[in-house]
Amino acid sequence: MQQYDYKEIVKSNLWKNNVVFAQMLALCPLLAVTSGATNGLGLGLITTAVMFFSSLLISLIRSFLTPQVRIPIFILLIASLVTIADLAMNAWLHELHKVLGLFIPLIVTNCAILGRAESYASKNPCLPAVVDGLTTGLGFTLALVILGGCRELLGSGTLFANASLLLGSAFSVIELAPFPEYKGLLLIILPSGGFIMLGLILSGKRVLEQWFSKKPAKIIANEFSCH
Amino acid sequence: MKLISEKSKQTLAYPALLMGIVALIVCSLLLLMNNLTAQPIAARQREDLTKLLDQVLPASTYDNQPLDEKYQVTIEGQNFAFYRAKLQGKVTAIVLFTQSAGYSGDISLLVAITADGALSGVRVLSHTETPGLGDKIELAKSDWILGFNGLSLSNPDKTGWAVKKDGGQFDAFTGATITPRAVVKGIYSTLEQFKNNQDFFLQTDKAANGS
Repeated sequence: MQQYDYKEIVKSNLWKNNVVFAQMLALCPLLAVTSGATNGLGLGLITTAVMFFSSLLISLIRSFLTPQVRIPIFILLIASLVTIADLAMNAWLHELHKVLGLFIPLIVTNCAILGRAESYASKNPCLPAVVDGLTTGLGFTLALVILGGCRELLGSGTLFANASLLLGSAFSVIELAPFPEYKGLLLIILPSGGFIMLGLILSGKRVLEQWFSKKPAKIIANEFSCH
Repeated sequence: MKLISEKSKQTLAYPALLMGIVALIVCSLLLLMNNLTAQPIAARQREDLTKLLDQVLPASTYDNQPLDEKYQVTIEGQNFAFYRAKLQGKVTAIVLFTQSAGYSGDISLLVAITADGALSGVRVLSHTETPGLGDKIELAKSDWILGFNGLSLSNPDKTGWAVKKDGGQFDAFTGATITPRAVVKGIYSTLEQFKNNQDFFLQTDKAANGS
């Protein structure tokens, strides 16, 4: 039996190989919805749910698949899951559906889902496949929330506006307006601002990673010198 | 784990059969889901419409269920979907859905007109105007749209039905003149169509009633 390093899967999908920040996939839905952190969180969570189930289903049927028809079957499954999510949200999360409605069908075009189905779920047993799908989705959600939060703060001076619509009225406490007088920077809300912000965040990640990769080395050096 | 031998997978029929089975399962799942959600979705949509109606039409002005009967009409190439609000069988107001060409795409408007031709309320339902500039036509962003309440074709007169930049009485937003201009024009032409076809909309025309 092959051993699966779940910690490594989680670490890789959330940070090191994050679909957005490292693989630069799924940028279309990313840039479209991240004018606010709440929208980002909403779409991220739906995408995570779709990825979870698509990984599970594809991993379950992987022994039946043949190379010739695997891609159409993946697309069929993913598209159906997205349609189911769309219908369910329209019926039971109607307020959020009104905000995100336009983007939900676009989850089908999220190449990250097909990518994980093809490269991981179709080759691995259920449990690792599900963990992989879930963490990739959460990594995507993380990226959406970070980008959405930055753009919302700079663009309209709020954070998690309308979060109570998405998560219930109990969460209205996280709706922040740190700069009540701030009129907002229009550019950041527009699509071009999404690209600019993404570029800044990507370079920020590079700087962080360089900083982190130097730091442990220093600690080791100190330890050697001490003992 | 090998439920199906590699040899049978190589046959021509296998991929076709596999696709067929997967499609069948997926379709039945979708059918089930559609049946499950059809009623809640219809209920939510009706709630949305009811909320909208409450915003533009005082509940005291009608005693029927306007949403039960939806009408469609095309006047001079412009499509209108509308509902009739009635009090004791007489139409007291109509609620129209219409579009006006904005800066980037159509602006969907909901216009409520009372039987005497005055505006009871106007709302922008959807638009693709520039965020931060043109989106002040939304009630959520600015109360500009409330300025239309109570107006009619004669109040103000024709020259008044324009943005201030064009000599009218309506404010235009900084950096966005085309958007409010489009809304004003859309509302004005809706009022005109209403006036020209008053008998039809209010069901006072015997012939229209009969058909």
